[in-house]
Amino acid sequence: MIVRILAEGQWTVADDQLDSLNALDSALEAAIADGDALTFAKSLEALLDAVRTSGSPLPDDTLEDSDLILPPADATLEEVRELLNDDGLIPG
Amino acid sequence: MTLMKRISLIFRAKADKALDRAEDPRETLDYSYKRQLDLLSKVRRGVADVATSRKRVELQVTQLEQQSNKLTEQAQKALAVGREDLAREALTRKSALTGQINDLRAQHAQLQGEEEKLTLASQRLQAKVESFRTRKETIKATYTAAEAQTRINEAFSGISEEMGDVGMAVQRAEDKTAQMQARAGAIDELISSGALDDASSVGRGDDIARELEAMTSQSDVESELAALKAGASGGSPQALDAPEARPAQIEASQTEATPVAEPRKEEGQA
Repeated sequence: MIVRILAEGQWTVADDQLDSLNALDSALEAAIADGDALTFAKSLEALLDAVRTSGSPLPDDTLEDSDLILPPADATLEEVRELLNDDGLIPG
Repeated sequence: MTLMKRISLIFRAKADKALDRAEDPRETLDYSYKRQLDLLSKVRRGVADVATSRKRVELQVTQLEQQSNKLTEQAQKALAVGREDLAREALTRKSALTGQINDLRAQHAQLQGEEEKLTLASQRLQAKVESFRTRKETIKATYTAAEAQTRINEAFSGISEEMGDVGMAVQRAEDKTAQMQARAGAIDELISSGALDDASSVGRGDDIARELEAMTSQSDVESELAALKAGASGGSPQALDAPEARPAQIEASQTEATPVAEPRKEEGQA
């Protein structure tokens, strides 16, 4: 599967990694639900690191869309909330 | 549904919406390509804007560092003439300045990070736009409108996602830069007001230098007086008239009640 980290690029990640990514994703979602900025930052970092280390980067000139998209590494909790509400963070 | 799946669906919905716009799918290709080029120049402008802000902060750091060095020198001078109070005042101001300098350095690092990110984003987008252009020409040359549709969808969704990503990155960089520019503007004002840049000319910032100067000129006056007394005991009134203006000036300099009005007073006497 292809995973994009916003503002960073795309990775090909083996399908058998999905479970562990999902577990990290759940932790991130819980932190967002709780409004816990510190846990949010830690979970986001853990999730992005998992993608970066288990995946291999796609070349810049590929035109493939991603199966999963992750927030940028420096995103704040509020920004991710906005992103999920589709509140103008993605122009166009 | 996972967070990462939700975000990808949001991006895809945006791409689909954009794709529905054209009637002939092959027109969509040209339309999209034009938008890609627009976005590419927007990212490049973004890189240039962030670089401008970064340079501005660099300049400010240099100016504040110069001022900080000046305060150190003033403190040394003040100590040399036994005015610990003045030295303390100079060092107090220096420490306030140090805080500002550190703040600016942090901003500088942040701007540098944004600049690097946007530069990479523009490189990625450029590679994809080039790839899209090649594919667009192939599709237009080889396929009928009906056949073209699926190929276009494939090419389009990949680049749309990238465009959404890059568009967002530019927006975030602009927002961050705007915040920092507001603060940079305030510091520029402070510097151009002279309060920081030239502590020995105007306003509150100059009283240390002025006191040091006053002490120097006072000793000049004393030595000149001594020279006059020693040289011409029957001295002419004219010779004594001229230096008379100086003690008045010293008094003005030493009075700290209305520091802002003082430079005008001194000008009047000069």
